[in-house]
Amino acid sequence: MSTATLEKAVAAEAPRKQKVILAEGNEAAALGVALARPDMVSVYPITPQSSLVEHVAKLIADGRMDADIVDAEGEHSVLSVLQGGALAGARTYTATCGPGLAFMFEPYFRTSGMRLPIVLTIVTRDGITPQSVWGGHQDAMTVREAGWIQVYCESVQEVLDTTVMAFKIAEHHDVMLPVNVCLDGNYLSYGASRVELPDQADVDEFMGEKNVNWHVALDPLRPMAVDPLTGGTTGKGPQTFVRYRKGQCRGMQNALSVIEEVHADWAKRIGRSFAPLVEEYRLDDAEFAIMTLGSMTGAAKDAVDEAREAGKKIGLIKIKTFSPFPVEALKKALGKVKALGVIDRSVGFRWNCGPMYQETLGVLYRLGRHIPSISYIGGLAGADITIPHVHRVIDETEALLNGAVAPTEPVWLNEKD
Amino acid sequence: MYEVRFHGRGGQGSVMASGMLAAAMVEEGKYAVSIPSFGFERRGAPVVSFLRMSDREIRQLTNIYQPDCIVCVDPTLTKSVDIFAGMKAGGTLVQATHHPLSELALPDCVSTVGLLDAVKIALEIFKRPITNTLMLGAFAKTTGVVSLESLKRALEDSEFRDAGLAQNMTALERGYAEVAVHHIERRAAA
Repeated sequence: MSTATLEKAVAAEAPRKQKVILAEGNEAAALGVALARPDMVSVYPITPQSSLVEHVAKLIADGRMDADIVDAEGEHSVLSVLQGGALAGARTYTATCGPGLAFMFEPYFRTSGMRLPIVLTIVTRDGITPQSVWGGHQDAMTVREAGWIQVYCESVQEVLDTTVMAFKIAEHHDVMLPVNVCLDGNYLSYGASRVELPDQADVDEFMGEKNVNWHVALDPLRPMAVDPLTGGTTGKGPQTFVRYRKGQCRGMQNALSVIEEVHADWAKRIGRSFAPLVEEYRLDDAEFAIMTLGSMTGAAKDAVDEAREAGKKIGLIKIKTFSPFPVEALKKALGKVKALGVIDRSVGFRWNCGPMYQETLGVLYRLGRHIPSISYIGGLAGADITIPHVHRVIDETEALLNGAVAPTEPVWLNEKD
Repeated sequence: MYEVRFHGRGGQGSVMASGMLAAAMVEEGKYAVSIPSFGFERRGAPVVSFLRMSDREIRQLTNIYQPDCIVCVDPTLTKSVDIFAGMKAGGTLVQATHHPLSELALPDCVSTVGLLDAVKIALEIFKRPITNTLMLGAFAKTTGVVSLESLKRALEDSEFRDAGLAQNMTALERGYAEVAVHHIERRAAA
């Protein structure tokens, strides 16, 4: 069948009936994992991820998921176990957050270098210290330069759908990189919402034939060196190392179009579409915009609707794919506005602003046009980012249009909460 | 949008009740979101859970500060927590208590009250003061925003099995049947 005929045949068929259920974000992630049919999962529980791995374990115990589960002694072992599984050609999954992710860091960095398409949900949690077991993006932000793809979800439905898509993105032969699906601890992890559960047959058709690890399979009949010691200052020199790093960067850039293709295919087969890289909400005729990441976006969209009713020319830009940073898509969105307020749920200590804000400044440089902007930091350690908080961001950002001077320091949204 | 705030103490199942109510609303074709507040989940410590219901998709994932309805599953909680904080005018209170309406100090924002001696009934059914499903039955009768049948189906789909399921079915029914619903006429301001 030619590609054109195949597309026509697929488009003609509506997705099969989807069961409507109530699920918390952690359960939705587990259901998404089950739909993707991994061969092996390895887990170690940690708040606020614990109920996710409990759901995964229960799905396996109930026979609704046919995977080996390894209850490892810690997160370092969890990811090391999965590396072995992935090297043997298995589709693999785990989830962690905060201190667990920190304990996992050594194999975490190695996973992307070995081009292992492991999917890892980060149920995002703020950094310690001071002590906190609540949500915040600091853990995921801290590891953003480790070569993993990182996507952030807005709703429980997006968690479920994105979890399945993550495997397809990771395993794409032009990508072959591990993926973090980031879901906000507390508001998404424990927030129970109405979700539609795709039919397994539709997901099976979407996933296609499993071909996980075609480039480095541990196969006794095909012996090969994996993760070789590269040349030092003598001998072969650094070219092998450079080839690895360059390949990782190439894979990250390839991921931008693959993420778009996979989301488009999901929309066609499952009937739900999400902006793959950058979502533009009421932006086309906007004069200024706010930028959001993760679960804060819902309340922000409600606030934007209210501000629109009040006559403000406001739009919203949501980042879904944070790594690789969607430079071109964001450049296109930012090109439409004259002032910007960026809300981060974590801290960029080096620049004294939010990390997403700091990355956005790089895109503004490429845009070649000065846009006055403010960095907002809110929602740390489980703090709420409510519609009134977002209205403050909208009002102060709008004031930049009328000549107000942007503060050089970040604005802390929950300073008095 | 209809917003409910559940108040209880750790171990009484108020977070679970909030989730089960959301499931019953979804069962009726509504959109619902249930978000527990978070703290260290100690037995006996005050806990809160938030529930939103709408005919349309609910986008905001935040706590609730101005509820339409407050469900308090514990009779002693009002001594330590201001359960009425931010409540909208014309609001509904569903309260576990053995006191009659005349003995309760209610703010002016409360217009409808459902009172249930839930601890006494819970001791009869469960031999323990677990009031959550009783209070769901009382909520359904007091507010009318969800049917008893939908709550029963949500209970059937929950983790409860066998004797636990039967006891909680009884609790839903008795909460619905035995709650005393009052409508308070507020005198217009002079």
